[in-house]
This record gives sequence, structure tokens and C-alpha cells, in this order.
Amino acid sequence: MKSVRIGAGQGFYGDTPEGAIAVAERGEVSYICCDALAELTMAILQKDRLRDPGAGFARDLPAFMRALLPIAREQGIRIITNAGGMNPAAAAAAVRGVAHELGIAGVTVATVTGDDITGRIDELLASGVDLRNVDTGADLATVRDRVVFGVAYLGAQPVVEALRLGADVVVTGRVADASLFVAPMVHELGWGWDDWDRLAAGVVLGHLMECSGQATGGNYSGDWWNIPDLDRIGYPLCEVSEDGSALLTKPAQTGGRVSVETVGEQLLYEVLDPRRYLNPDVVADFTSVRLEQVATDTVSVRDVRGSARPAQLKAVIGYLDGWLGAAMIGYSWPHALAKARHAAVLIDRLAERAGVLPVEQVVEYIGVNSLHGDAADLAGAAAANEVVLRVAGRFAAEADARAFPRLAIPLALNGPPFIGGGATPQPARALLGVWPALVPRERVEDQVAVALGAPAT
Amino acid sequence: MSREVALADVARARSGDKGDLANVALFAPSDVLYGAFRREVTAERVRAHFGRFVRGRVERFEVPNVRALNFVLHEALDGGAARSLRSDPLGKSFGSLLLRMRVRLSDEEVAAVPPPAAPHG
Repeated sequence: MKSVRIGAGQGFYGDTPEGAIAVAERGEVSYICCDALAELTMAILQKDRLRDPGAGFARDLPAFMRALLPIAREQGIRIITNAGGMNPAAAAAAVRGVAHELGIAGVTVATVTGDDITGRIDELLASGVDLRNVDTGADLATVRDRVVFGVAYLGAQPVVEALRLGADVVVTGRVADASLFVAPMVHELGWGWDDWDRLAAGVVLGHLMECSGQATGGNYSGDWWNIPDLDRIGYPLCEVSEDGSALLTKPAQTGGRVSVETVGEQLLYEVLDPRRYLNPDVVADFTSVRLEQVATDTVSVRDVRGSARPAQLKAVIGYLDGWLGAAMIGYSWPHALAKARHAAVLIDRLAERAGVLPVEQVVEYIGVNSLHGDAADLAGAAAANEVVLRVAGRFAAEADARAFPRLAIPLALNGPPFIGGGATPQPARALLGVWPALVPRERVEDQVAVALGAPAT
Repeated sequence: MSREVALADVARARSGDKGDLANVALFAPSDVLYGAFRREVTAERVRAHFGRFVRGRVERFEVPNVRALNFVLHEALDGGAARSLRSDPLGKSFGSLLLRMRVRLSDEEVAAVPPPAAPHG
């Protein structure tokens, strides 16, 4: 039976290239797929593009390719990445630049575009696509004037086309994370676009691998202290057979652990209804997956069932929603929590007198309740060794978000005693609302283009 | 006879974000305890347990192939990671928040509890 080996190279914008290099050196893979995008990342990249038309892709892509491209060329590994973000063409040019700089000739870089609907929102609305918020049902008109970007999630088809055309590196924008991995499976194993069970198997594998170390022991909630060498954790890789069954493992001589438990936790990461996991190319049933430990650090993944792809594609639209200004001050024992509470009251009064009023505010006591909120155990909190007060506000104006943390600075001298840490104000940050919507697939797919650049010289 | 235990002593969890929705998957170590979780850890209890963090409804999905219950928390992330004012905008800690919940186990279920384990140092 035919099979293909595919590895994970990157789980988020800012991930280290070390995992990808170990996969390339010792994973015996033919493809490495890199996921650099998340909802927040798109907003950051769009901001970059507005400032500079040559920007808007993951800024670490050149450094990443500088590290990975030489070994990938040597091993004949093709790379698929969505690090193109809001500007795949510029990202592809940057990859060609890296190849040129390293003296690696003959690298063919393809781009996939058409996911960016930022400039088409009014056209879509005018033609009856209402772009209503999928979660809340709200009308886009309520935020239309604050929209900064919109992207639709593409599936694996244009990536397969790029591979068929001979690309060594495929650079995309918002291709769904799992679809980056599905593409080489379809390309190599000849799956049909209505072969729902196999496509679903591909989506499950892609989903397992798209967050790099989270499938191989990272963030594991069991006996994490027994997992070896998380500092050089092996990124996941899989050998997929023609029938969709696969073995998931990691490169030799790396840290981490591949077990039914570590993989099982990742199976449900960021999953809503597990019976209907929506992907542009298929709906996968995550309750059908069978995981089995077949060897040390090797888990078999099989029996995945799928059904017909959704009629509409998911889109996310980002809109500006005020500015974050946060004040932080650390207090020490005794009565650390009482001091922090008192300081919160003082900050409220200072803000009111200065007329720097947040639209909304969150008050957290770091060390006590910032992560568990109302469920936090407050027994012993009165005797805490230290507590960091954090007051975060949403402000309509950037100037107020900047001014707010400065109001708290004088409390270093004028407030409760024994402070330490946290007093330096963080710069104000734009807050971005993310608006999930649906777009008829044909309205996006007729814009999708695959462009093959001339091989880099 | 029965005993109350913290989920943290008998279960594993992972949480993540999708816009303003968070999911928390709760994993049982055995079929017996999976049955206990199905009885004890209802969507209503989870909704109450999360307090003000969750403004919307909570749905529960069963995932027997990995002995998990998957909870979907609506309006749970202060509008979503990029607009949240919180220290944990992605809900990454929600898994451990759920593990704070205490559940009542029968004797047979208590017998299925794995031996305690903890990091050293």
C-alpha cells in the first residue's frame, strides 16, 4: 500500500525552527507543514501590511526558511506554510530571497491567494451575503466601520494544485491549519475530493500535528514531570497509508512523548462538536477515531469517518474594539491581597478624577485569582506571600489607554507599602474583535489563484 | 459509602479557544470513571463552576473513544483572545479550572482511582 510521511514544522507565529530541523534531519519525511496563523495573528499581520505594502506575512519566515531550507533541499523535502498571512506574494518573494542569499538554486515557490476578502466585504454584502455573526446572529453593520480585515478559510485544493505544478515551497494565506497537512496526502495518495472518510482521516492527522509539540507531550496535563527533555521536544510526524490509516510518531533522539494520552488531549484541542468538526473539504467525526499505542512513541490513528464538506466556508472578520491599558503593581506579605485591593480602589479614584474612564474593566489579583476567577480557592489568600494587582481597562481612545497605567505609577511612593514588580507601564494595545461569518464557497473559490514563480537562482 | 474527590486527582484536561468560545475536554482514566464523570460533571454544574468567566451557555459532548467529555463554553473569553482584558485571554487555564471541581464517587468508582502522583521538588 502506498504511503507518505509528513511532519510538523511550526505550531504558531514565533515557534522555534528547531523542531522542524529535527523532523527534516531524522524524520524521513517528504513534506513539512507549518502553521503560523491564528485569529490574532491575522490582525497583527494586517496592521503590518497597512504600514508597509511589502509586509503582512509572518516576520520570522525568512529566519525560519534560512534555518530549514538548506536541509530540506538536501533531503528533498517540500515545505507548505501559511506564513504568507495577509501577503503571500511578498512572503514568497522573501523565500526566494533567502534561497538566493544561501546560494540554493532551483527552488520553486508557489503562492496561494484568494482568501483575503478585506476589499470585498461591501461587494459581498451588496450581493446578499449578509456576513452575520455565526455565534451571536448580529448584523455586520454594527461593526462595519471598524473592520480592518476579513479572510475566508481555504481548504487543501489550491495547495494540491501548487504541488502538482511542482512547487518546492508553497506559501499561502489563510488555508485552514489541518488542510496544510491534508494537501500532501491527497497529492501523494490520490484521494478523491468526495472520499469523505479519507479526507476526514487527513483532517484528524492535520489537526493533531498543527500545534507542533502539543501532540508530543507539550501542555500534557498528566504526569508532565516524567516527560523527557521538553526543551528539545520532537514535533509530530506521521506515515499515512492510502486507506487513511496512519502512524503518528516523532523523530528519534528528541524529547517529548507520543502516547494515546498525549495525542488524545490534542485531539480535542479547540474542538467544538466532536461529531462534526468542520473543515473546508470535509466534516470529520472525531468520535470515530481509534488511537492505539503500537510502539514506544508511536500511536496508530485509524477508522476515521467523515461526511460531505460544508456548503459554506468560514470567514473571520476582524474589527477594532477599543484600546487596552493595564496597570500592574506587586505587593508583598503581610496583607499582600488587602494592599492590592486597596490600591485598586485608589486607582479607580485617580482614574475618575483624571477623567480617564474605561468602557469596561477587569481587576485581577495575580497569584490569587487571575486564572481561575470565581473558582479560585481563597483559603490562605489573606496570607499570600505576594500578590500582583492588575487593572486592565478597555478605552475608546488610545490616549486614555496610554494615560491609564501612568496614573498608577505614583502609588509606588504614595500607596500601601512593600511593593515590587509590575510597575512599568505596558504600551497601549489595540483590541480586536473577531467576527465569525459564513461565505458561499463559490464566492471565494472563484478568486483563488495558484501562482508558480520562476525557480530562484 | 461514597467519597468526594477533586477532578484534578483523577482526571486530565485540555482547553483552547475559538473566537469567544472556549472548549474544555475532560479525560477519564478508565471506563468506570468515565461513567462517573458522565453522571457528575453536567453542563449545568460546569456553567456554575466557571462563574463570571462564562456569560453564555455551556454544551457537553461525549467522546467515548478517548473517554472524554468536551464542554463548549459560549461567551467565555471576554469577546475573544484579541479583545480580552484578561491575563489568560486564550482560556488555556480553563482545563485546570475545571479540574478544581469536586465530584462524588461510589466505592466501586473510588477503587478505580489511579494511585496519586505528583511532581517532585
